Amino acid sequence: MFRFILRRVALTLPTFVALMFVTFVAVRLVPGDPIEARTGERGIAPERLALLRHELGLDQPVWKQFLDYANGIVHGDFGVSIVTKTPVIQEFAVLFPATLELAFCALIFAVVLGLPAGVLAAVKRGSVFDHAVMTVALAGYSMPIFWWGLLLIMFMSEYLGLTPVSGRMDLINYYFEPVTGFMLIDSLLSDQEGAFGAALAHLVLPSIVLGTIPLAVIARMTRSSMLEVLGEDYVRTARAKGLSPLRVVGLHALRNALIPVITVIGLQTGTLLAGAVLTETIFAWPGVGKWLIESIARRDYPALQGGIMLISGIVILVNLIVDMLYVAINPRIRHGG
Amino acid sequence: MRVITPKVALAAAMLTVLSAPAFAAKTLVYCSEGSPENFTPALNTTGTSFDAARPVYNQLVEFERGSTKVVPSLAESWTVSPDGKELTFKLRKGVKFHSGVNGFTPTRDFNADDVLFSFERQWKPENPYHKVTGGAYDYFNDMSMPDLLKSIDKVDDYTVKFTLTEPNAPMLANLAMDFGTIMSKEYADFLLKKGTPEQFDQIPVGTGPFSFVAYQKDAVIRFKAFPAYWGGPAKVDNLVYAITPDPTARYAKLKKGECHVMIAPNPADIAALKTDPVVNLISQPGLNIGYLSFNTQKPPFDKKEVRQAFNMAIDKAAIIKDVYQGAGQAAINPIPPTIWSYNTTIKDYPFDPEKAKAMLAAAGVKTPLDIDLWWMPVQRPYNPNAKRIAEMMQSDLAKIGVNAKLVSYEWGEYRKRLQQGEHMTGQLGWTGDNGDPDNFFFLLGCAAARPGGQNLSKWCNKEFDDLINKAKTISDVAERTKLYEQAQVIVKEEAPWFTIAHSVVYEPTRKEVVDYKVSPLGRHEFYGVDLK
Repeated sequence: MFRFILRRVALTLPTFVALMFVTFVAVRLVPGDPIEARTGERGIAPERLALLRHELGLDQPVWKQFLDYANGIVHGDFGVSIVTKTPVIQEFAVLFPATLELAFCALIFAVVLGLPAGVLAAVKRGSVFDHAVMTVALAGYSMPIFWWGLLLIMFMSEYLGLTPVSGRMDLINYYFEPVTGFMLIDSLLSDQEGAFGAALAHLVLPSIVLGTIPLAVIARMTRSSMLEVLGEDYVRTARAKGLSPLRVVGLHALRNALIPVITVIGLQTGTLLAGAVLTETIFAWPGVGKWLIESIARRDYPALQGGIMLISGIVILVNLIVDMLYVAINPRIRHGG
Repeated sequence: MRVITPKVALAAAMLTVLSAPAFAAKTLVYCSEGSPENFTPALNTTGTSFDAARPVYNQLVEFERGSTKVVPSLAESWTVSPDGKELTFKLRKGVKFHSGVNGFTPTRDFNADDVLFSFERQWKPENPYHKVTGGAYDYFNDMSMPDLLKSIDKVDDYTVKFTLTEPNAPMLANLAMDFGTIMSKEYADFLLKKGTPEQFDQIPVGTGPFSFVAYQKDAVIRFKAFPAYWGGPAKVDNLVYAITPDPTARYAKLKKGECHVMIAPNPADIAALKTDPVVNLISQPGLNIGYLSFNTQKPPFDKKEVRQAFNMAIDKAAIIKDVYQGAGQAAINPIPPTIWSYNTTIKDYPFDPEKAKAMLAAAGVKTPLDIDLWWMPVQRPYNPNAKRIAEMMQSDLAKIGVNAKLVSYEWGEYRKRLQQGEHMTGQLGWTGDNGDPDNFFFLLGCAAARPGGQNLSKWCNKEFDDLINKAKTISDVAERTKLYEQAQVIVKEEAPWFTIAHSVVYEPTRKEVVDYKVSPLGRHEFYGVDLK
């Protein structure tokens, strides 16, 4: 067990280095000059251009820029944003709670709907319900996020008037200071009547949009994993013993069927964070996704690099943790590899 | 960037009480498009950042809301010396600064020291704030202030004298621009002593109608009405900027009442906005021009006749109809008709492909002629779809035997190459900053024709250049108008540009918004606006 974990952690290190390199190169391949993007429409004197390039270290050879950057990251320094002059890690820390809150709610939405749908589809295999779940899951999986978001805004907010259009809070009626950065918690701390409800209402649409792809994946995975387990001998034995269908499915089958599903849920962290980039833009959600998009527009290399590194780092870490959990649940794994 | 201090919490608590239904505080919400870089206009070049700082600040002189007319603000009156080189401002007395959310409380009223500080920060490298927050003062430098200013002197506490190296008529309008914003010297000193000068640009303290409460990047900026404002308190209690980058979401929010005023609607939504029962769609011709520049340093565009022929070969009316879809008018002169000195007697070239063909032949141009035609990769207020325009021009030009190859680059690269004069023909445009004609005419002046300069036609006509340079030094508007009218005659005859259009600016507001005015300068201003 211990050796497995050690090997797994050791494997993560080169992944990080590769990630560092790829991010560095990719960011520089984005066309456009950070200084041009910064100074706007007016012409810039060549002397000042040279000075700015020097200040940002852009006049250094590329290999040296990379070494400086790698050295910084090793020491926890993700650079300073060209635009805001704030350390990238500091900006990230302010924005990440918003993304985390959204991703968490989206995941809850996906799991709460996806698991039962998958289980029921498997139990009632071949039924109309099964086909419906599979069709909806396929549609959800292939839905372009931007379009889906706008569609929901049009229907839920504009037509039915059920949910707010965008943002994290009702700005006309409520105002309180961020304490934790999580709107659901801050609204409760604020003691303002109705604030929590308003915060929750603002989370509904973005959570649905962001949770749709994970929901589809979880439903499909649960169904296939469940089908496999339902065919196992011990399930048949349990049935033969005369246990109620609910006990057979709920107690015996589901517990074992969940193992691969947990892995899939872990893998969805990446999807959630990647989806956040678009979802946050549509819903004016002030999280890291939106910040990354703006950083691209401004050619803010340090923010872009740092942001991608931090997000990818989190995804890698979550997957590492999921792998370990997996091993803890299912001891067969550690002998296999 | 999030700013939290005990003072903010207190202000928040007070706001909470105020926003309780019993008091029915009025909160005006503006759906803006992006986050400001900071709150010091002198450091910025984007409309987004200027709009965010404007509620907090004043300038010596200002543009009247909804127009380009320069009116007194922190300066009550001014005099210009007979030689035009000295501007003396009499400052308004009893003007209060806000208290900062970071513990700053002003001990004195606004005076000449604040004016000196605000300009010296941009001008003098020895000013302790010169290098703070990047320290790039693009507008101050672009407006040639370092060359124009000889000195700024405090005559007494309420009199400031600007001495110029040469007379400059647009100076007053320039000072009304955002880089002319007056900040508090006392606040600057306070933060310097505290060792946090960078807060100066993040937690703004000004004399304006609204004071700053809090800013959460990419989410919201909050202001509240400043009760002691010298012009009288604002009509709403709170002003909130809801930062909403997507135009479709902005429109949806406006419809639902989550915001009252929105910036930049999607052109595709204009038709729906016009018939929307909750929306007032205000529109106004924008202070802008979109044009196609001919590089006069590259043959055959060095010949006037060729440029004229091109002017006749392109169907401008079709472009206005198809691309601007009613949100623009055909441009005849290099300045929009909303600006003073516009020459109404000038006639545009007729659309006449046959004559264009004949003129090309007479100029000795052999067809088929291969040229390149550059189009901008982005949408701008003055040009909603440069690619589509380029395609329409391409098909018109094909009819007179000209093969136009369409070329484009990434936006920054595009502008750089155009300014270097690498193109044969290329689209660009301009939005006015201050309502002075010089702010448009300099685009065709000889100084800007240098490689890297903003004169994309690289056209240097001595007669024209003399006229605009002379006009700049005269302060009499009638006399300047005459010179500019003459200059427009020359531009039309010499045709360094194919002038495309002046676009119309749309500002959707909700019906309960009272007295919102569209700014021809593209500003968004909320002092004086009320909610029913």
